[in-house]
Amino acid sequence: MGKQSVVPFGPQHPVLPEPIHLDLVIEDEKVVKAVPNIGFIHRGLEGLVEKKDFNTMVYVVERTCGICSFGHGMGYCECVEHVFDIDIPRRAKYIRTILMEMSRMQSHFLWLGLLADAFGFEALFYQAWRIRERLLDLLETITGGRVIFSINKIGGVMKDITPDMQKAILSELDTIEKELKEIEGTFLGDYTVQNRLKGQGVLTKEQCHDLGCVGPFARASGVKSDMRTLGYAAYPELDFEPITSTVGDSWARCYVRLHEIYQSIDLVRQAIGKIPEETDLEVPVKGNPTGEYLMRIEQPRGEAIYYVKGSGKRNLDRFRLRTPTFANLAGLCEMLKDCEYSDVGLLAITIDPCISCTER
Amino acid sequence: MANVKRSPWLLHYDGSSCNGCDIEVLACMTPIYDAERLGVENTGDPMQADIFLITGGINEQNAPVVKQLYDQMPRPKVVVAVGTCACTGGVFKEAYNICGGADTVVPVDIYVPGCAARPQSIIDGIIKARDLFQQRSEEHDAKVKAEKRGGAAPVEAGKPENTGKEG
Repeated sequence: MGKQSVVPFGPQHPVLPEPIHLDLVIEDEKVVKAVPNIGFIHRGLEGLVEKKDFNTMVYVVERTCGICSFGHGMGYCECVEHVFDIDIPRRAKYIRTILMEMSRMQSHFLWLGLLADAFGFEALFYQAWRIRERLLDLLETITGGRVIFSINKIGGVMKDITPDMQKAILSELDTIEKELKEIEGTFLGDYTVQNRLKGQGVLTKEQCHDLGCVGPFARASGVKSDMRTLGYAAYPELDFEPITSTVGDSWARCYVRLHEIYQSIDLVRQAIGKIPEETDLEVPVKGNPTGEYLMRIEQPRGEAIYYVKGSGKRNLDRFRLRTPTFANLAGLCEMLKDCEYSDVGLLAITIDPCISCTER
Repeated sequence: MANVKRSPWLLHYDGSSCNGCDIEVLACMTPIYDAERLGVENTGDPMQADIFLITGGINEQNAPVVKQLYDQMPRPKVVVAVGTCACTGGVFKEAYNICGGADTVVPVDIYVPGCAARPQSIIDGIIKARDLFQQRSEEHDAKVKAEKRGGAAPVEAGKPENTGKEG
């Protein structure tokens, strides 16, 4: 048995786009324990409800995170809509679903790129991000923003997806699907990539369940949890099945996320096929929210929980957001036990960490 | 030193941003926008970096980290605040945990506005930073030469003396 020493990992680290600090207790080259230390990006976003009224708060909530921005805005709006007990137009629900799935795709492409970068395959990283730019261009055409869209509002959406745009989306999705097929073989079948991913950071289904892991991370271990099946927005009218794997290693996580891109492409196609011909995109909202509501939605990284409470004032009493990465950090620390020190960066990436979400 | 502006290295640190600007900074490096054609390279090592890109505001916990990264960078250096949050605190200005923009702890030279800052404006900021970096290197070289010649020019208070090999 070697001597134990503590090696700090982060907050500024080449593999991490965002700051998180891990204290790694290592013995020779093996990690014995990982102790996370978060709070470098804490802004106190939930506390802002006291200063911003419930309509303005949409913009703040969207800025919880730049990658899952649309989902956060949508979760908050749906929550407040439930407090008001209003039903938004069906077309608005479909628009939300389409944009949510497109955000999921760009987030997964981003992750694929970061994963490739983490195992040192820079060309693959660039390929994934090149395809991602196609999605960003589409999103910019629809909403006017590349990263933060701000088209959600309480009671509906502000912008329509016109028939021309729908055609453009469909044709671009064909290209994206074709290009993804080209890089899929490298991600899942390449010899060196498999060597880096297979058998690394294995978590069993029981461990995942006990630690409360969520999203693609848990699905890769066989936990069939997908909040989209709960039926918010237009998901009840669409046909899909959560993608799972039973292997539970890094390769399985890559497999699940890659196939979720195909699933999202399919969902967008279904939604565009079924989008109702209405002109109304929003319903008027009068008064101030009274009551409370808790809802769960499936973000690209997993289950996010939103809670709002209002008591008839312009400002909400309380807003609470539990983000997926926070739930997955426990899984990360479990996974890091007994791994090689040089694999820490790669394993940290496989949970798809979004620290900005986590710390709010 | 001639033409150092052809190859400054970037250090990127996420203060307390929403991640939007970080992703855009990374997107700048990828083939569509390709800031690397300007000769810059993204490095994770502050000791080798010349231009410091900060995204997001400053809070109590990351203030020492930003300060330390800035101090670790060799002189001359240029600091670019990317995004509205790094410029002023942005939408989170009123949040209890935010002290303000990046200029609360380090001297910022170039402000890139936008929420999130677009890749085009980030590249514009990098180009400006590059020119400023060239100018500072020249000034720095001239000072070092003058010191070597006469030993008359005093080193400015608070600055380390052995800066000759940098730039």
